[in-house]
Amino acid sequence: MALPALPTHLTLELVTPDHAVAHEQVDEIQLPGVKGYFGVLPGHTPLLAVLGVGQLWYRRGPDKTFVAIHTGLAEVLPDRVTVLCRSAERADEIDVARAEAAKQRAEAELKKPQMKPEDFERVRIALMRSLTRLQVASRTRMRG
Amino acid sequence: MPSLIDLRRRIRSVKSTQQITKAMKMVASSRLRRAQDRVLGARPFARFTMDVLSSLASRVDQSAHPLLAERPEGPASRSLLIVVAADKGLCGAFNTNIMKEALRYLTERDHRPVSLGVVGRKSRDFFRRRGVDIRFERVNVFQRLDEAESRKIAALAMDDFTSGAVDRVDLLFNEFKSILQQRVVVQQLLPIKRLPPPDPQALPVEYLYEPEPQEIFDFVLPRYVEIEIWQALLESAAAEHAARMTAMDSATKNAGDMIDSLTLYMNKVRQASITREIIEVVSGAGAI
Repeated sequence: MALPALPTHLTLELVTPDHAVAHEQVDEIQLPGVKGYFGVLPGHTPLLAVLGVGQLWYRRGPDKTFVAIHTGLAEVLPDRVTVLCRSAERADEIDVARAEAAKQRAEAELKKPQMKPEDFERVRIALMRSLTRLQVASRTRMRG
Repeated sequence: MPSLIDLRRRIRSVKSTQQITKAMKMVASSRLRRAQDRVLGARPFARFTMDVLSSLASRVDQSAHPLLAERPEGPASRSLLIVVAADKGLCGAFNTNIMKEALRYLTERDHRPVSLGVVGRKSRDFFRRRGVDIRFERVNVFQRLDEAESRKIAALAMDDFTSGAVDRVDLLFNEFKSILQQRVVVQQLLPIKRLPPPDPQALPVEYLYEPEPQEIFDFVLPRYVEIEIWQALLESAAAEHAARMTAMDSATKNAGDMIDSLTLYMNKVRQASITREIIEVVSGAGAI
């Protein structure tokens, strides 16, 4: 039995409530799922996943683009991937100084002795976000 | 008869008013374009969220979620109305229409307690004087409309609903239909209406889920409420700019008409006084 031909590309749609961040043909995508990072190649089984805070990258030929994303949802189909998230920033959109300040703020708060559990969660996410941003920002600087 | 000097002064003042209204119209129209783009930009997000929810709906137990819990409508059922108006005036009947609708809502539910959540300075100022129970107020949000704002409002509304402080939540806002038309809409926000099972005609996609469908469902439902509010805010912002643009356009036109009629009147006055002076000269010469 002949299998249906696998698609050769993925169409990536990356949208936030504010605007569409990317609409591109890509070869490979890696996504930050809540249960860990996972990669998607063309022909992937349909998948619906919740995304956490982390970096997403997509590759087109040899070029990788990194995006810092914050909480969202991804729908994977064999030939397309739709990502919805609260925020998504490419490396060049990231304000490094702001992310650095946010990181220090979060770290300072974590050092405080008493902390309510709900505060802890908030600070933890803030710290993760700033770290992701810094990481994504450093990716392009290494290349450029 | 007013003197020439007075007329000239009035024309000058109308002219400067016209300049202001013209400038406001320009500002509103450029803001409108941006607001329109944002409304359109938010649509795919909302559509996709809805798709995901309805594809999940058949797989999960919908009765369990607190945001979906329907409470029977009784004489004591309390409701929360979120009133979205503008922060500023000078936009025609934009705010008035909202307030009228809100008052209608209040009279319709008379004796049943209604609390309000007011968004926008105009709606706060209006209801503060009326002694209605205001659960929360958010002002100065439209200058720089941020998505975080809709999350705050959604959190307040969902808290009130899940804690049982209110039995339903409605959203009242101006929908942006076209530049010339805004429509006042009352939309039920909570409980979230039961989702129809996906179209049986369409081929269902068998997804893998990560995490479990129920968990995804629980994650997406509150996001859905946030998006509904976000869309309402964007619609309202676009509608406000559209309303201001049309209001300022007609104000500019009216000022133009007024200048024309004042100029005509002024010329008549001037001619009358010239004629009078000639008559005086002629009759003076005849008397000699």
